[in-house]
Amino acid sequence: MPVKVVIPTPLRQYTGKKDSVEIEAKTVGEALAGLTSRYSDLRKHLYNEEGKLRSFVNVYVNDEDIRFLQKDLTPLAETDVVSIVPSIAGGSVNRCICS
Amino acid sequence: MAIQLKADHLESIRTHGAREYPNECCGMLLGHAGDAVKEVSEVVPLRNIRHDFTRAQELLPLEDPGRESEKNRFLIDPQEQLRVEKDARARGLDVLGYYHSHPDHPARPSNYDREHAWPWYSYIILSVEQGEASELTSWVLSGDRLRFDLEPVKL
Repeated sequence: MPVKVVIPTPLRQYTGKKDSVEIEAKTVGEALAGLTSRYSDLRKHLYNEEGKLRSFVNVYVNDEDIRFLQKDLTPLAETDVVSIVPSIAGGSVNRCICS
Repeated sequence: MAIQLKADHLESIRTHGAREYPNECCGMLLGHAGDAVKEVSEVVPLRNIRHDFTRAQELLPLEDPGRESEKNRFLIDPQEQLRVEKDARARGLDVLGYYHSHPDHPARPSNYDREHAWPWYSYIILSVEQGEASELTSWVLSGDRLRFDLEPVKL
């Protein structure tokens, strides 16, 4: 049963410019595993060296963040749309800001 | 790749950075991406939700909150981000990148910036020295995630 995974613009260079990909998956974890095995160059931008989803990478099923569902085990139905959305964060170097 | 902005876009980023000093400002760059140039048509100032410690920690925890705050960290509200992005797409615009300020610090990306970046996006950094907007640079993350490359800023 394929689900639709929406690819954000910065990562389309790794999916042959496709803006969405159909993946056979029953859970979010399976969908991401299927996506990164098909497009292996995507992997390092989603997962860290320990194989965990990077802290700034958020995954939504339809409009819901999977952290508030069942994370990787969130079940998927055929009409569900999985989106990968980065948290936009940054800042200057670490320094003591205490006075 | 280069990024092209109008003079009033740059002015809007500088004004925002100076207004938020000594805290970090942040915002979104919308426009059209060509093969060689990303052309910015709108600069959208957004809230730095590091001001809301509890909420920001839930979304993207800081490792050392004693040394990290809205003065040297920013985080965009994901709901605001999604709303602006959706509205932009409906108008045929794409998100080209983001900007933020470094108060009393050079306009160079930090390791923290690198760890929270994706390739292709333009990351504009504005240095704000003693409350005054100073150097502005733009950076793109390399495909291997190991470094940022300076991106030409065109007027």
